[in-house]
Amino acid sequence: MTPGNEDELAQLIRGANGPLRITGGGTRPIGQADGEALTTRGLSGISLYEPGALTLVAGAGTPLAEIEAALAAENQRLAFEPMDHRTLLGTDGTPTLGGMVAANASGPRRISVGACRDFMLGVRFVDGAGNIVKNGGRVMKNVTGYDLVKLLTGSYGTLGVVTEVALKVMPDVETTGTLTISGLSDSDAVAALAAALGSPFEVTGAAHLPKSPDGTPQTLVRIEGFETSVRYRSERLKEVLTPFGDVTADVGGDTARWQAIRDVTALAQQDGDVWRISAKPSEAPEIVARADAKAVQYDWGGGLIWLLCEAGRDLRAALGTYDGHATLIRGSADVPTFQPEAPALAKITAGLRAKFDPRGILNPGIMT
Amino acid sequence: MQMPVPNASVLSRKDEIVARLKQVLPAEAVISDESETRAYECDALTAYKCPPLCAVLPADTAEVAAVMRICHDMGVPVVPRGSGTSLAGGALPTADCVILGVARMNRVIETNYADRYIKVQTGRTNLSVTGAVEAEGYFYAPDPSSQLACAIAGNIAMNSGGAHCLKYGVTTNNLLGVTMVTMDGTIVELGGAHLDAGGLDLLGVICGSEGQLGVVTEATLRILHKPEGARPVLMGYDSSEVAGQVVTDIIKAGILPVAIEFMDRPCIEATEAFAKAGYPMCEALLIVEVEGSDAEIDAQLALIMDIARKHDPVELREAKDADEAGRIWLGRKSAFGAMGQINDYICLDGTIPVSALPQVLGRIRALSEEFGLDVANVFHAGDGNMHPLILFDANKPGDLELCEALGAEILKLCVEVGGCLTGEHGVGIEKRDLMNVQYDPADLEAQMAVKDVFDPGWLLNAAKVFPLADSDKRRAA
Repeated sequence: MTPGNEDELAQLIRGANGPLRITGGGTRPIGQADGEALTTRGLSGISLYEPGALTLVAGAGTPLAEIEAALAAENQRLAFEPMDHRTLLGTDGTPTLGGMVAANASGPRRISVGACRDFMLGVRFVDGAGNIVKNGGRVMKNVTGYDLVKLLTGSYGTLGVVTEVALKVMPDVETTGTLTISGLSDSDAVAALAAALGSPFEVTGAAHLPKSPDGTPQTLVRIEGFETSVRYRSERLKEVLTPFGDVTADVGGDTARWQAIRDVTALAQQDGDVWRISAKPSEAPEIVARADAKAVQYDWGGGLIWLLCEAGRDLRAALGTYDGHATLIRGSADVPTFQPEAPALAKITAGLRAKFDPRGILNPGIMT
Repeated sequence: MQMPVPNASVLSRKDEIVARLKQVLPAEAVISDESETRAYECDALTAYKCPPLCAVLPADTAEVAAVMRICHDMGVPVVPRGSGTSLAGGALPTADCVILGVARMNRVIETNYADRYIKVQTGRTNLSVTGAVEAEGYFYAPDPSSQLACAIAGNIAMNSGGAHCLKYGVTTNNLLGVTMVTMDGTIVELGGAHLDAGGLDLLGVICGSEGQLGVVTEATLRILHKPEGARPVLMGYDSSEVAGQVVTDIIKAGILPVAIEFMDRPCIEATEAFAKAGYPMCEALLIVEVEGSDAEIDAQLALIMDIARKHDPVELREAKDADEAGRIWLGRKSAFGAMGQINDYICLDGTIPVSALPQVLGRIRALSEEFGLDVANVFHAGDGNMHPLILFDANKPGDLELCEALGAEILKLCVEVGGCLTGEHGVGIEKRDLMNVQYDPADLEAQMAVKDVFDPGWLLNAAKVFPLADSDKRRAA
């Protein structure tokens, strides 16, 4: 089903007599959802864009490429750098705004500027009973009532079908600089990234590849801004990082490697299960050591771990308890996709789902 | 302002309730004498006062849970209180409530510089969080102007902002985890030292829920290394339209100042009389601050000054050192004190799209004349968060009501142009009955459904945020 407007969508949901599988462009099939497909692709188009106010409003089905092109024309961007899941998951199709929001998709810059949820100003959605609901607005500061905008972001379509989104956008940058150290162990790399992130030099990317494309470990730090400022901070960061190893600094070079980190290409096109772990950065090397993975990528200074593991294995059992959570992004393991919650929390989650989707028809198999 | 009728059964059981609370708390942590409960009768919205049934000051999460279980079992409403600095009446008691103050819970639990966070008990004040980490060069970014007094508990309840949120965000963008006690005494852990807690973004909805979903007892907060330096420029213009255009041009040029503050003529005049900061007398004054090394600041300020000059400023002043920077900020920082010298005032904080600024200032001027009350505007211009100060005389019968009526008109105007009722102070009781202006019944139902899940009996701070007619039905249920 492809409703052409919000009212049609609300009618379809009210009239539904079985589970619905909510999709945008279908490029991020995370978790198993059953039911009749309902796509938001028909709710497409930018309805408001004020570059001077850093705000954009668009339908949930709007292709992200269309949003990014409109922003680029004004020298602006989505600062949270939404990940494109197609390479990693082997999907095709067109990523949409709604899918990005449903998955709270964010990239390497999340460590400095925040996640998708931090740039969400407002939503309109249809809940499981077919009610049209709005929350937030189009202004940057808004504490009027509860923040359902954040509750809906990253809810994978389980509380409502998002129909329209208002976003805070940011200026694009003049220059990008990347500092690289080769050959570090995982724990030295995470310590080096912590030193960079703990400096005043506004690091916007902090990643480590134990096995980079040339086969050696590579630790990467990114800075962005006006060229003179990037050159200055690059020199200062070199001083910060030199105790860890030889530093190569590149200012104004290509940014493709950051796109590769964003899209986790290091783990793509290989057999096995892909896990995504959010953790306390300094504990990341130990977690990775316990995981016995085939391929690894550290992002967010170590706080985001991507693992390629043997298919079908319950990684959570191997990891035990730690400060964080693991999501099975791709794979066949017979385990819950999302980290099971403690009983008190699970009760709240179940309560919210029952309120927003009393018939249990919105993506019923996801996030449980 | 109407409040629910106190529950007579609760009032009649005061002695029994106090005795039960004293079983789980030290005697000095239960305040029930009428001469002492008066200290909790209001917050910073001093126009409304009501002493609570009693007040409790637990020392940790376990004590909070014990108090909540008793109140839940006995059907006693609870109003959580941070430092009582709410401008919206968020901590205003009802006569039948237990005030749960977190003031004694002010410990730092853990600081971790490698992972860049601090974990505190939520009674700790905002500024003392930075105080705990600044020796290592770090700070906690959200900086509400009450930061010397306000507690992290209140910051989380109201999702507090500050002057520097254009760059660093507000509380919700800097909150990594909480320990929270729900109304039935259940202790819930959310998030932690990692980013983006798993599952639904409950942290996101708890932040800004005005203490209605649970009592947050501990918080893990993101800390950042301080910038190398910061310096402001001051610019004056003959019209607010032009000043608004300057703000837009700066943002479109790709510069992200850490703060852009705006003051209008009535505000400039009042602060000059009070603080003598040497501000130019003009229609619109902007203070724009940038951060970085000296050379980075010079480069950014050069770009900003170029933009400023193109719009014919009546004054353009760049701070060369800390002393000059201090003088530029002096007037802005004393604006509220200056207003307090002149008169009583209420401070609103509706947010508007930046592009609507000139139109909104014009309409506020007209409304001010119509109501016969002066309005001065201070404004976080980068993010559209207005702060109209309406001056009135509390001793003049009817003046407060007139002032509130004008305030309501200004907030309706904010919504009409695409903005919202409150950008950082919260709804509380102050804007509770205006929620219907911004939200349709279905929008409010969805929000109240969240409270139904966390607090089915509507005992926790329940007379706030939602129009009384809506919440009454649920409280009675």
